[in-house]
Amino acid sequence: MKRVALLSVLLFCSGLAMAQADIQKKLQTQLIMAEDGSVIEVDEGNFSILASLSMEGKKNITIVGKGMDKTILSFKGQVDGAEGLRISNAENIVIKDLTIQDSKGDCIKTMNVKNITFQNVKTEWTGKPKASNGSYGLYPVKCEGVMIDGCVAIGASDAGIYVGQSKKIVVKNSKAINNVAGIEIENSLDAEVYDNEAYGNTGGILVFDLPDLVLKKGGRVKVYNNNVHDNNYINFAPKGNIVGKVPQGTGMLILATSDVEIFNNKITDNISIGVGVISYFMTESPIKDKEYDPYPSNIFIHDNAFQRKPGRATMKGRFGKMMRFKMKMGKDVPAVFWDGIVQKDSGDKVICLKGNQNGTFVNMDAANNFKNMSRDTTPHECTMKSL
Amino acid sequence: MQKRIFTWLSLLTFIFTAFVQLNEKALPPLEKLSDYGFFEGKIADQKPVKGVVPYTLNTPLFTDYAEKLRFVKLPEGQKAVYSETEVLDFPVGTTIIKTFYYPLDFRKPEKGRQIIETRLLIHEKAGWKALVYVWNDEQTDALLDVAGSIKEVKYTYLDGKKKKHLYGIPNLNQCKGCHNRNEIMSPIGPSARQLSGQLQQEALTYSPASFAGYDPAENQLNAWSKSGILEGLPGKLPVAVVWNNAATGSVEQRAKMWLDINCAHCHRPEGPASTSGLNLSIHNEDPVTYGISKTPVASGRGSGNLMHDIVPGKPSESILIYRMESTDPGVMMPEVGRKTVHVEGVALVKEWILGLK
Repeated sequence: MKRVALLSVLLFCSGLAMAQADIQKKLQTQLIMAEDGSVIEVDEGNFSILASLSMEGKKNITIVGKGMDKTILSFKGQVDGAEGLRISNAENIVIKDLTIQDSKGDCIKTMNVKNITFQNVKTEWTGKPKASNGSYGLYPVKCEGVMIDGCVAIGASDAGIYVGQSKKIVVKNSKAINNVAGIEIENSLDAEVYDNEAYGNTGGILVFDLPDLVLKKGGRVKVYNNNVHDNNYINFAPKGNIVGKVPQGTGMLILATSDVEIFNNKITDNISIGVGVISYFMTESPIKDKEYDPYPSNIFIHDNAFQRKPGRATMKGRFGKMMRFKMKMGKDVPAVFWDGIVQKDSGDKVICLKGNQNGTFVNMDAANNFKNMSRDTTPHECTMKSL
Repeated sequence: MQKRIFTWLSLLTFIFTAFVQLNEKALPPLEKLSDYGFFEGKIADQKPVKGVVPYTLNTPLFTDYAEKLRFVKLPEGQKAVYSETEVLDFPVGTTIIKTFYYPLDFRKPEKGRQIIETRLLIHEKAGWKALVYVWNDEQTDALLDVAGSIKEVKYTYLDGKKKKHLYGIPNLNQCKGCHNRNEIMSPIGPSARQLSGQLQQEALTYSPASFAGYDPAENQLNAWSKSGILEGLPGKLPVAVVWNNAATGSVEQRAKMWLDINCAHCHRPEGPASTSGLNLSIHNEDPVTYGISKTPVASGRGSGNLMHDIVPGKPSESILIYRMESTDPGVMMPEVGRKTVHVEGVALVKEWILGLK
């Protein structure tokens, strides 16, 4: 009798595994055969997918589940391909109402897509955040027209929501939790990031321009009405990655980007930095790209509400060392950090501060070994044209 | 009367348009490999019919130790055009055929083999199209498969060890994951530098007289030119660098040739991995974009806690080697077509990095 029961359990299991493989094959076939204008519906349920799903060269396609947390594609046992879902060389693509979990690499990567929308999509690495999680949750790269709305990104070992080398971007109504970087806009042009909540990350919102890339120059980024709090998670990025250098306890960090407007944000209880504005020199990596501009410029920080409980900044990493041995600020940690490194003979204004609540400030004078460190905001009380 | 003429005219227009559309529309893919008629006799013998030309590459892409048979079929009377740096320019109507198989025992090929899949690249008016045909267990034919699958393969390798591992048959999108230049599907292998050399042994077992005037003892480029399927051949042929033959080039030349065929289809400015800023094309002369002391961009845990793609003199600190040695889908490179480590290829690239200053 017992044996019969065991056998039926076995049979049931193998039947289930078969059905799962069928779903993977069916979904992949649909993604390949989809005609212009199709809607690909994914059923409710938790499906185990063992290989990357991909779509290529399509127009006007909607991939829709039955709801975030109702349709879950889990890549926990993935053996083939790095991403969960990969979409490339496409136009007018909408992904909505589903969750992608535990892929070996990025959860959803979209490359060379014109008009890509992510709506009510969750990407998540389950369990405790760790270095072996994949890099990016939502990862549009080299796209034009990116809309990320109502999404949730959890546990990425690099960035939860990462828009790279793209143009015309909106990230709104979304949440980024327990990633190394919550939301990151990198080497991208014309981005608006608003009404989002980023918490429990190492750094909440990052705007970076990096060297050695095809799209060299990002900029024109507006970051407003976001709630960026408690981004104090220990940095768990694998070494070698630029986000591995983000100090634990960072609200926002602007690296070498031009034309960034940060306003009306609530930036609360990030232990190290409220908003940091730094040049690429602070990464201490050599620059070999001759066309790369390592200096940030035109950074307008206004009407934000900063708040933080008294206490020390992180002691970890290079930033921790700087705080302890060079800047020696103890528990009196300012809201806004600027490295103070300017390009010689450049007329560019780097930073303007206006109307911030608790907008304490430091010019680190990092280029001169912090010698003339200054917490005086007066030289930077100015206004810039809104973007 | 006028009305009737009008009706006739519109009917004619309709027929004409339909005809033009029929002509321009790509043919739907055939269901079975045998439907194409590329081979004569038993299809598993892979004996090409006249006009289907076998060829071999000097330094092929590694695909989990699978052996490959390559053929090309040009439209009758037409020629490929020579290119010094890129893949030869094949005319519309060309089909490139590649069959993947495992000998049961690599030391004794006569013991037989298991054919896994045959991939076609068909050059249509609208561009190149990829198709995958998966062989049945009886090895009597192969069926079109668009969604890909994973199979287990078993064989005895050259060292006498029995091997068993998974083998990924790509889905059609994955084909373009590699065969992609600025989002346009394109062949990877048959460039002049890869073809310059004799047909290698495995292909000689197939009727080399499958088309008129072909001399298997000649450099393939010369043989193609003489038999009228290649034009524009220069007087001086490119040096043939065979990755595992030290007589054909220095360690650096062979390592770079290996990286070119295994990595540069993606890692070049026109390829899908351009986002990484790494360019492993044999034509790239800039050390930084080639990876020397270059920091990674979006590698995530693929960095393996290492700081640079290639650290001169230190293969074990180079991300390139770390990713070549991994079989974790989130770390390994290339991303597809590999479930095992190409031990010999890794050894060559390590040797090169070790000698760098």
